Amino acid sequence: MSDEPMVLRLRVNGDPVTLAVDPFLRLSELLRERLGLFGTKVGCEAGDCGACTVLLDGAQVCACLVPAFQLGDREVTTIEGLTRDPLGRRLQQAFLACGAVQCGICTPGMIMAAYDLLRRIPHPSREQIETALGGVLCRCTGYLRILDAVLAAASGRIPELPPSGGVGVRIAKRDGLGKVTGQDRFGADAAPEDALWLRVVRSPHARARFELGDLAAFCRRHPGIRAVFTAKDVPGRNRFGIYPDVKDQPVLAEGEVRYRGEAVLLLVGDRDAVEAVRLADLPLTFMPSDAITSPAQALAGELPPVHADRPDNVLVRGTFRTGDAAHLLASAPLRASLELETSFVEHAYIEPEAGWARRLGERIEIGVTTQTPYMDRDEVAAILGLAPEQVRILPTCCGGGFGGKLDLSVQPFLALAAWLSNAPVRMVYDRIESMASTTKRHPAHIRVEAAVDASGRMCALRFSGTFDTGAYASWGPTVAGRVPLHASGPYRLAHIDAEALAVYTNNTPAGAFRGFGVPQTALAVEQLVDELALRLGRDPLAFRLDHALRRGDPTPFGQRLTSCGLVPCLEALAPAWRELRARSEAMNAEARTRGDARRRGVGLAAMWYGCGNTAMSNPSEIRVGLRRDGRFVLFNGVQDIGQGSNTVLVQILASALGVPEDWIESTAADTALTRDAGKTSASRQTYVSGRATELAGRDLRAKILRLANAGPDARIVAEPGRLVVEDRGLRHELWLERLAADADGIVLEGLGRFDPPARAVEDGCGAPYGAYAFGAQLAEVEVDLGLGTVRVLQVHAAHDVGRAINPQQVEGQIHGGIVQGIGLALMEEYVPGRSENLHDYLIPTVGDVPTIVVHLIEDPQPDGPFGAKGVGEPALIPTAPAILNAIHHATGVRPRKVPVLPHRLRAALLAHGEPP
Amino acid sequence: MVAGATDLYPLDAVRRASWDVRVGRELPLLDVSRLPELREIRLSPSGLRLGAAVTFSEIAEAGLPDWCRALVQAAREVGGRQIQNRATIGGNLCNASPAADSAPPLLAFEAEVELASVAGRRRLALSRFLLGNRKTALLPGELLVAIDIPHPGPGTRSLFSKLGARRHLVISIVSLAVVLRLEASGRIDRVRLAVGACAPTAVRLKSLEEELSGLDVGTAEARIAPARLVELAPIDDVRASATYRLEATAELLRRALRELAAVARCAGGSDR
Repeated sequence: MSDEPMVLRLRVNGDPVTLAVDPFLRLSELLRERLGLFGTKVGCEAGDCGACTVLLDGAQVCACLVPAFQLGDREVTTIEGLTRDPLGRRLQQAFLACGAVQCGICTPGMIMAAYDLLRRIPHPSREQIETALGGVLCRCTGYLRILDAVLAAASGRIPELPPSGGVGVRIAKRDGLGKVTGQDRFGADAAPEDALWLRVVRSPHARARFELGDLAAFCRRHPGIRAVFTAKDVPGRNRFGIYPDVKDQPVLAEGEVRYRGEAVLLLVGDRDAVEAVRLADLPLTFMPSDAITSPAQALAGELPPVHADRPDNVLVRGTFRTGDAAHLLASAPLRASLELETSFVEHAYIEPEAGWARRLGERIEIGVTTQTPYMDRDEVAAILGLAPEQVRILPTCCGGGFGGKLDLSVQPFLALAAWLSNAPVRMVYDRIESMASTTKRHPAHIRVEAAVDASGRMCALRFSGTFDTGAYASWGPTVAGRVPLHASGPYRLAHIDAEALAVYTNNTPAGAFRGFGVPQTALAVEQLVDELALRLGRDPLAFRLDHALRRGDPTPFGQRLTSCGLVPCLEALAPAWRELRARSEAMNAEARTRGDARRRGVGLAAMWYGCGNTAMSNPSEIRVGLRRDGRFVLFNGVQDIGQGSNTVLVQILASALGVPEDWIESTAADTALTRDAGKTSASRQTYVSGRATELAGRDLRAKILRLANAGPDARIVAEPGRLVVEDRGLRHELWLERLAADADGIVLEGLGRFDPPARAVEDGCGAPYGAYAFGAQLAEVEVDLGLGTVRVLQVHAAHDVGRAINPQQVEGQIHGGIVQGIGLALMEEYVPGRSENLHDYLIPTVGDVPTIVVHLIEDPQPDGPFGAKGVGEPALIPTAPAILNAIHHATGVRPRKVPVLPHRLRAALLAHGEPP
Repeated sequence: MVAGATDLYPLDAVRRASWDVRVGRELPLLDVSRLPELREIRLSPSGLRLGAAVTFSEIAEAGLPDWCRALVQAAREVGGRQIQNRATIGGNLCNASPAADSAPPLLAFEAEVELASVAGRRRLALSRFLLGNRKTALLPGELLVAIDIPHPGPGTRSLFSKLGARRHLVISIVSLAVVLRLEASGRIDRVRLAVGACAPTAVRLKSLEEELSGLDVGTAEARIAPARLVELAPIDDVRASATYRLEATAELLRRALRELAAVARCAGGSDR
């Protein structure tokens, strides 16, 4: 086999295809780039994720690992081919109906793997399904709904979901069809014709100075390279960052790099030419120096600081103090303390960062996978030296975010290259580039101490956390601000001394990741709460109930809670808690006598989480309209990254208008057309944008009723070309063609804006969030004492969501959060330079998922849409501490470091003295 | 040489991790995936012959007899089904990863490899073929044609076991295979032990095998301890510590022996 082009004949979805190809072209690229079949997704190009699963001669394979030279006369079936097949359609329907789809990036691969299975084994067992799907990773759903969907498709008993029903009803995911059929377009799936290819050259060193030589001469020697861009070419501000006062990250490094993977220069041109450039070909010389690899090293101050203007390497110190914790801790009759270390955690969305950009005169358009189109717009504008209106962000479908797509990644590179070369450009990160260069969850080193007073009540807590923020600030200040406020856990506690330090190192920047430091905090605090209960001889659930915040209580910072369902959450778990605790203890007694190395344990953790930004304005604006044809339109600036806002916002609007969902159309976010609905982060979209949508809907409804001169209880009925308003037996007809329409065809519009009230915490008092989510989870685990392995058998989760707008979507968030929590507790550890791929960095597979029981608690949030508040992050927070508490219940051991990898637990067990 | 091609591109990724050339490979390559001799699975009274281009799915679904169980179990643990449908047993050996799942069972079965070149054919014990991490005894211009597994004798049972931090798609912390035959008295007549991911190649534990031979299973179990695993030289890496690897190997060997002895007793001397 050589690399000479070859003529290839094969069949794709039944159709004969003849192509001239490079023999080493991957089947995935052949399908996508040559045949336009973008339903086959690419997640890792290494056979680690299964997103590109297709059938080759009827058997599932990773299309990314099949070279063109092996495709002659073969038959390939892709997701696009399944719509022609009854079994394929049944699977697509079942995935939709069972809630098996969130972001949709793994969905085509999952469906193809399931299709392969059901053709071999029409009525598989659950275990056979797990084995068949074991090669496809999903980061959103927690897999259980996917298993349900395959079982439903096999049995033919597919549940039917109604298309409408309003708030509280399980309507089908509104944007699901494009995901199950592979028609949705994600970041890597679309680009302008003839887009140039863009590649970032990155630093292989964690810390180095570098020099650039004659780049013009380099370009002359490489005819396929159109341009090389460096920091000097940035027309505006060569800095970005989340906070207006901490823009510390250069788009392209200026003579110095601070982490492995930092961007140094851009190569633009013909794809093959750009990809073929070797580091050694470039006039680029690195002079590496000793890197700071941990906060301890950064604080010791022996090496030069990461940033010259931060001599102590401290990015920010967040504190919260109330009462007199020091005094109580010194004098209390009972104290306990705990120390815990967590690791870098990678978001591992299956869709790597990707997008395109093109310059249109003095404006620029960027198509990109993102969680935050409006912030992208403003940052790119500053980098290019433009006004925000000159930048238009057109978000593509987003294949998972979890906070990782809240920072700039490809956006500024695309913008620079397209702007400066005045040509459309395109780029796609490969998995290694995605993992090495983008943000992670902050590793934390936490010390926490608490005291119990003479009456047996927890009275004081001291918390100190050091967070490794890596080379640049990113969302470090958010973590440092949020953590101290959440340090008490969801408990009545009057004496708190909490501090979180974010420290610069030469590690990968740490940023936003589902929970902004609260999951790490809960890991420590919830174990300490357990420890106190056990030392008092109290039941950990009863002890938590004694201290649980209730509606009307003040938080430790004095904010009255207007919605707080923690007590009902704990009560919902109580029956399972009692039964499983007793059962595991009985089983362990028996295992001891038998000499069996397995032990069961059941652990509990509770959580609270402020929805939205911490003590900062974070408004959402929503515009809705009535079109002349009688259809309603939601101009939806909210980016759905899989969490379901495309569905729940329409349900909220439908209920606010008093019409069914299927009369409502929804546009995609587009910074030129939709209003700014803020970021998809901090569990704020249902609460904040949902409220704005409700207000917009009520505004539009009021205008319609006013035109019809009808009362507030009137019913709106849409008929072709008109609306009928029925009010106390009277029918008012609104002839829509008589009303003037705007450029969008809208005859009546409604506007809604909501900015949750928030006040900074000063001197121990404040109201930093508009709403608080509460929840509790219990986990049952089985620990193998001989091997140190842990299996999570079941998780019961009770979450106060205010109001479940769509229970299926809420459960989906909870399942997904729990499975990410399992990863955090037991397997996920990113080591810069060592686990930059999805086989060294492990996330849970379909075989690692426990049984999950969900209890939805609804204590309405007064200013939430129909009472709703957030759930995205809350779902993840209690899982890992519940697992750690369960490990302790099973073994008597409290691991000091997460993830609790088998060798760590085994070492802890040996140190503790019990295992065989 | 290429067959299942599942390691063709991931090797690019290793180069890519230093932000260097993204594409580039040694050419020319010979695709051997459709050579009939390399595709056959032949079971005979003297043993099992597997063509080098037989895939793991084919091994798992060939209906092989009970004594082959370790090999079938290993075939089901190589990556996900997508990989098992493409990856070949010959490729797994030639790429010579220390964690290659097929190596422990084949070593424990005392398999031989058949190598061919224009100069002729030669046979080599697998233990002499696997030389180190990504290193084999394959000479330039030589092709791995087949793997021959001699029948281990009537009443023999085998087992493969793999330990990782998650259920599917996991590179082993430790993998191992045990091939066992008991005497009628219940004493160990013959035992073969091989371990992966604990040395530059998968290795046989010959000294422990000798020590256990002739013992009853309970006594044998008690003899298995990390200090007796003299052939292993594990390292610390992102997956586990070296100490843990030795301990876990000992623990898994004890369990495998116990489980196999139970199976062997149930099955009696049957040859299936």
